[in-house]
Amino acid sequence: MINPIPAVEVRGLMNRFGQQIVHNELEMSVQHGEIFGIVGGSGSGKSVLLRTILGLQSPRAGEVLIDGDVITGLDSDALVRVKRRYGVTFQHGALFSSMTVVENIELPMLEAMALPESIIRGLALQKLRLVGLPDDAGLKYPAQLSGGMVKRAALARALALDPSLLFLDEPTAGLDPISAGHFDELLVYLKRMLGLTVVMVTHDLDTIYRTCDRVGVIVDAHMISDTLEGIVKHPHPWIREYFHGARSRAAQGA
Amino acid sequence: MTIPLESLEDGQAVAVCGRWTAADSPHLLDCVEKIKIPPAALTLVDRIDGLDLTGAYFLRRLERRAETLGTPVQWTPTRPELLAFTDTLNLEGAAAVPRHAREPSIGAALPLDRLGRWAVHGGEAVRSVVDFLGRIYVVAGGAVRRPARFRPRSIIRQVYETGLQAFPIVALIAFLISVIVAYIGAQELRQFGAQPFVVDLVTTSVLRELGVLLTAIIVAGRSGSAFAAEIGVMKLNEEVDALRAIGLNPVELLVLPRVLGLVIALPCLTIIADAMGLAGGAVLSWLLVDIPFNQFLVRMQEAMAPTTFWAGLLKAPVFAFLIALVGTYRGLQVRDTSRELGRLTTVAVVESIFLVLLADAIFAVIYWELDF
Repeated sequence: MINPIPAVEVRGLMNRFGQQIVHNELEMSVQHGEIFGIVGGSGSGKSVLLRTILGLQSPRAGEVLIDGDVITGLDSDALVRVKRRYGVTFQHGALFSSMTVVENIELPMLEAMALPESIIRGLALQKLRLVGLPDDAGLKYPAQLSGGMVKRAALARALALDPSLLFLDEPTAGLDPISAGHFDELLVYLKRMLGLTVVMVTHDLDTIYRTCDRVGVIVDAHMISDTLEGIVKHPHPWIREYFHGARSRAAQGA
Repeated sequence: MTIPLESLEDGQAVAVCGRWTAADSPHLLDCVEKIKIPPAALTLVDRIDGLDLTGAYFLRRLERRAETLGTPVQWTPTRPELLAFTDTLNLEGAAAVPRHAREPSIGAALPLDRLGRWAVHGGEAVRSVVDFLGRIYVVAGGAVRRPARFRPRSIIRQVYETGLQAFPIVALIAFLISVIVAYIGAQELRQFGAQPFVVDLVTTSVLRELGVLLTAIIVAGRSGSAFAAEIGVMKLNEEVDALRAIGLNPVELLVLPRVLGLVIALPCLTIIADAMGLAGGAVLSWLLVDIPFNQFLVRMQEAMAPTTFWAGLLKAPVFAFLIALVGTYRGLQVRDTSRELGRLTTVAVVESIFLVLLADAIFAVIYWELDF
């Protein structure tokens, strides 16, 4: 079943800070059920793009569509309803430090669903096990977790309301290669089992090769997107450098 | 809206219809709890139009409900794939997880146990305060030999932020308070026909007590909290660890400039508060008691002992030291969570105000004994 409406679409996006143009007429489209990687050099506006899609900041011009609905310029109530359709993880986890992991996962559930506490606890535990965390990790505070566990816990919180769409900001940054590899496997596994659509900003070439169906590269304030095989052959010098540098060859060989 | 669970005519089968997703959850739970389970066997007919993990959780709950009644469950045409997937998570053994890990304790509220814990915690607190004072002493001692270590730039910045920026609010509050004192004093003294003594009242109370005390309390609220919050956030961001790793001493970089900056700033603010307080008293004496300014000045000088001004000002550096010490100490205690940051910032303000008042009481006794 192919859904003709893209899960995420960005049209004519324009972002600038003072004299510096970050995005100019940027176009992006993510189909249902794919893992889409956003790549770009430092300062190319990957995070700004993600924040714009999430409605955390308003663009100068252009619009963002989620499941075919325009979300730029929506009032806050309508935006909250849209936000329940997707989950987000931030670069450093952004777990609430004064709550245990389970309480972190429960927070969106308690806000969105009127269910008894025992049911919520059961659902939170389901998510905890889904991302491969042991039960006792659920009772720990974020400061007591390792980097890899923080990323998994953040993913569990993002999945709390069973969204069909996930946004991940640098999900494997700061992880050792083995943990990063496990995280990639988890992501592909969840995508297959739950039919997730995933948009992720990443620098990790291994993650791109292992998980992404398509890749969008931000160069010169535009986005060039293609399948992994296609983008690797793209003539743009930055893209060539990125995918054909020494680190990339090592990742491909893996 | 479709009914999620519907008993079919033969009484043996239940149709599972519509959307089983997180968005429909309260409704689903209701249906799962209420549906009548046929005694012989439960056949679930899959007419599901959208199933997610939350929905699967509720379907599993339905299956389990039937199983505990001893009713076998079967699906037509097949059991949803996602349900089999959630089985692999083994959620059955999950209910027993407690809400919080408990601190081990012998006998719930044994008084001896509590006393022991209190004594140990108290002892640790005293030790860490002494340790902190020791570190400051060592750093300050080292800095006396090498004055660059005093970080003059940082000290100047602290004087600017804690002193100069607090100037308007301190001046305003000192003015208003002395207006209030003069007003109440004039009212009370009128009964004895002793209105001119308003000048004595204002002069002595502002110079000896109110000027410095109010300034210290304002600064404790402003800067004590800022010290705790700034250093606390640096702790949370591991900036303090970064300083240590570079080989820099956090006490030298963060604590000493704040302490010295405030020790300089608070006496200056006190002088301003004194001046504004006297001005407020003069204005009110003129308006209420008809004492013109030049006469106010004369009476004021008569009312002042040589020590009156110094009795107030001498306290300022001591108060400043206490406020800065508590603020930075509590800031450095922040660990792990944002809640700690809030808690310790509050503690810093409350404790520094308490210590300021306690020190003021001790000063009063000393001055009394010395007849200062």
